[in-house]
Amino acid sequence: MKITVDQGRCVGAGQCARLAPDVFDQREEDGVVTLLDPAPPPERHAPARDAADVCPSGAITLTARP
Amino acid sequence: MTNTYYREHEPVMPSFDRPAGRPFDPSPELIALRGERPVARLAVPEGAPGVWLVTGYDLVRKVLADPRFSSRYETQYHPLVHTHMPPAPVGDLTGMDPPAHTRIRKLLTGKFTVRRMNQLTERATEITRDRLDEMEKAGPPADLVPVFAQPVPAQMICELLGVPYGERDAFTEAAHLASGGDDFEASAAAFARVSEYLRDLALAKRADPTDDLLSDLAGSDLTDDELGGVAAFLLGAGLETTANMLGLGTFALLRNPAQLAALREDPGLVNGAVEELLRYLSIANTGLRGVLEDVELGGAPLKAGDTVVISLDVANRDPAKFPGPDALDLRRSATGHLAFGHGVHQCLGQQLARVEMRVAFPALLARFPGLRLAVPPEEVPLRNPIPLYGVRSLPVTW
Repeated sequence: MKITVDQGRCVGAGQCARLAPDVFDQREEDGVVTLLDPAPPPERHAPARDAADVCPSGAITLTARP
Repeated sequence: MTNTYYREHEPVMPSFDRPAGRPFDPSPELIALRGERPVARLAVPEGAPGVWLVTGYDLVRKVLADPRFSSRYETQYHPLVHTHMPPAPVGDLTGMDPPAHTRIRKLLTGKFTVRRMNQLTERATEITRDRLDEMEKAGPPADLVPVFAQPVPAQMICELLGVPYGERDAFTEAAHLASGGDDFEASAAAFARVSEYLRDLALAKRADPTDDLLSDLAGSDLTDDELGGVAAFLLGAGLETTANMLGLGTFALLRNPAQLAALREDPGLVNGAVEELLRYLSIANTGLRGVLEDVELGGAPLKAGDTVVISLDVANRDPAKFPGPDALDLRRSATGHLAFGHGVHQCLGQQLARVEMRVAFPALLARFPGLRLAVPPEEVPLRNPIPLYGVRSLPVTW
């Protein structure tokens, strides 16, 4: 799994940092998403998928690794 | 589905009323409509724009995420009062679209991050404990709403905003009246008083900042009017929302004793329990959006100028998303519920609400092992579901 985030789309709701805190964080100043782990190990795939699914602004993209 | 499908169906005007004796369930007519026509044309007077009711989970999510559906009140025709809405007051984020909305939301999102809100857990625990002490002294019995459900979030949001402690009681009383009163004129007058007070307070912090959210905002590029408006908006959003979740949520737990017992025995369930209570109760249940351009939604031909009514509570009971949706099941995954909305307007204070509820529910259950209703359940007075559902009071004993 490979993860990318679009900081321009992010609305800082924090769902990703709540659901997958090992993979996503929020910038201190404006709550915008930061990516802690762009290629997480398998045990973090399910929470990362949840985070991408519920992201209110569609700022998280998951791709299967080629 | 084709457009013909919708043309062939007469417009409908379903009842939004909740079923008698089932205070936690959405309108049965809306539930039925969701199964037949998840986008349904509502009957409106001649000359009114098209109004569409959206009840299916996927479609509600789609509307909330799509910028062609506007949050600006003046784009929305209100199907109950049969007129367009006036624009939102300055600073009310729920009535704005990007980029104006983005500019103000960006100033706030850093103040409500998961990390910052989790740091308030200890303070929430202290405030909750103090209120439970008061409740224990005052009762049994007690009305849970004024002694517990309202003051816990009120004190949290006041401290976060930076409302001085000495002024808090009169202020929160006026604020509750402003956002929760039955008498519209009294509510409006109270809201005006609270807004003026907050505006003065925020402007004072512009000259003499302290360590709080209003002072941070006072240092931003917001105009004086925006500063006062945003402060009033944040207070309103922080006050009655969690208060209603704590009141109605406790009622729901008391009516589902096996679920209550599970949470009491295993406080580790609390995070999922809070999400499930949010889904199951969906207290902010109905929203409007104005259609900015022609768009097809679930086969329905929406025109620019139309209005969409979205039923978050009905969407959160969609069996396609949540199997067995009418059961309160604290062990289910309620991830993806729409209780905080979706899209760019998704609740700014959701992490604060979560912290308050994760602390308050288990603390209440732990303090009063014999907690139960002090009146028959059908005598618990309920609020009008719109704009915000809840209990007016919750007489309990222990």
